[in-house]
Amino acid sequence: MIPYIAFNFKVLCVAQPSDMSLTQEQIQRIAHLARIALSDEEAMATRDQLEGIFGLIEEMQAVDTTGVEPMAHAQEVRQRLRADLVSETDQRDLFQAIAPEVEDGLYLVPKVIE
Amino acid sequence: MNSWEIIIGIETHVQLATVSKIFSGAPTMFGAEPNTQACAVDLALPGVLPVLNKKAVECAIRFGLAIGADVARRSVFARKNYFYPDLPKGYQISQFELPVVSGGQLAIAVGQGDQAYEKTVRLTRAHLEEDAGKSLHEDFHGKSGIDLNRAGTPLLEIVSEPDMRSSDEAVAYAKALHALVRWIGICDGNMQEGSFRCDANVSMRRPGQPLGTRREIKNLNSFRFLKEAIDYEVRWQINELEEGRPIVQATVLFDPGSGVTRTMRTKEDAHDYRYFPDPDLLPLVIGEDWIAQVQAALPELPGAKKARFMSEYGLSAYDAATLTAGLEMADFYEAVVAVAGKAQAKPCANWVMVDLAARLNKEDREIGASPVNPAQLGSLVARIADQTLSNNIAKKVFEALWNGEGTSVDDIIEVQGLKQITDSGAIEALIDAVLAANVAMVSEFKAGKEKAFNALVGQVMKAAKGKANPQQVNELLRQKLQ
Repeated sequence: MIPYIAFNFKVLCVAQPSDMSLTQEQIQRIAHLARIALSDEEAMATRDQLEGIFGLIEEMQAVDTTGVEPMAHAQEVRQRLRADLVSETDQRDLFQAIAPEVEDGLYLVPKVIE
Repeated sequence: MNSWEIIIGIETHVQLATVSKIFSGAPTMFGAEPNTQACAVDLALPGVLPVLNKKAVECAIRFGLAIGADVARRSVFARKNYFYPDLPKGYQISQFELPVVSGGQLAIAVGQGDQAYEKTVRLTRAHLEEDAGKSLHEDFHGKSGIDLNRAGTPLLEIVSEPDMRSSDEAVAYAKALHALVRWIGICDGNMQEGSFRCDANVSMRRPGQPLGTRREIKNLNSFRFLKEAIDYEVRWQINELEEGRPIVQATVLFDPGSGVTRTMRTKEDAHDYRYFPDPDLLPLVIGEDWIAQVQAALPELPGAKKARFMSEYGLSAYDAATLTAGLEMADFYEAVVAVAGKAQAKPCANWVMVDLAARLNKEDREIGASPVNPAQLGSLVARIADQTLSNNIAKKVFEALWNGEGTSVDDIIEVQGLKQITDSGAIEALIDAVLAANVAMVSEFKAGKEKAFNALVGQVMKAAKGKANPQQVNELLRQKLQ
């Protein structure tokens, strides 16, 4: 198992040259995936931050982990399981009271058709 | 010119038979009022955390053991990130690098009669994940309506290797998988309600060449649509390739109305899901003791049952396969044999596979809803074996049972006077009367017309109201005519 941060690294590291510089296009693509609108200025600042993170990752990647079992969690703990029982009651009215718009029991959202 | 080889792999979303959701205690019942089964966890309200449903994990273990796969002693849940309003968290909890089930295989039976053959399809993996909600796009004054009842419903996504070579093989695989998940009780198999949905990955290649570019047909919820969609897609891809246009990787939707597949998105705008382990969930550890427990509780599987039906009851491979196509059918058959006796195993098979199946088919009923129960059918077969009933009269008794004219075979025989006449003296008397009344036919037979013999048999049976033992009638009539 690759530690969690490495996953993000893989995503960001789209055929990165060794100096780890990101193009504006890559920054905007990452921003789009996260549905974050970035101005060109913000994108520049974000690039600097991300490259800083790459530096940290590089440092970690440089550590020799031969023979160390990959981990998915920092502690030796396991997932607890719950019995298959219904424990929740219908609270639709309560939940829908804070929704911007509802109709016929449905939450209404801007039209989405793929 | 070289022909094209069709390459098909199938991903199936199997809804697991739990009463509560995979990460919350909300109910999973189908058909509830919108959003009445969506709790704070399913709605992704701030501060909630997922807690894994033990039964969902057990279903995955069951499946893994049933297909001879590796059940991971340690697997990990991951977030699959994408934005869609029916996915309130902005990610689906799934499994990525370490799924709960890896490998395994499924035997499939393709085609019928002389064209029938068996094949083994390898499975890649099966992983646990949550379903999304439902978007309703019609008629909300320009808005979409969201129902989150289905959000968080446990799914097992089962991925096959690209081992299928025709739409018939794809359908055979889907049917075998459908039968298996019902057999081991992890899914109700209701395709109309979306409990069993297939995606088909289809590509073409010249035999011996590397795999071609594939297109994925999404969300096929009937065997017929699966076949139609693949057949259309195959024709379309071959046409494109022969016209010199390369296939572009894409996700497509099948429209059952027009029978056509349409591109939903191509690779350029394909989702980049940015999977990473979900920090809200710890690694799932499955102990040896749990696996042993699930193994011990597993029913006899279709393949093993089929082999036993052949050795224990002397059935042909075809009969054994037909009777083990579903657990209800197999149990029904064995209950019939238990009453009729093992010596009648073959006639029992015929009654279940032919007479009962045809009658069920005609009324579109499942075997569980058969008005004739196994004990009744078993005693019917026993009454044929002990010569109380001829086969023809037995069909009448079967009808009577089906229509509820009586509950016991013996009572129906008694009340409706259907007992077979096996007394030679009585049959001879009937024959004598028929011969005396049909002198012309007798002389035709003596002149060499074999047809006349059958006509005379018919007359005797008519005189006996169908109740005379046909074999005895044949023998005695021959003797008399010599």
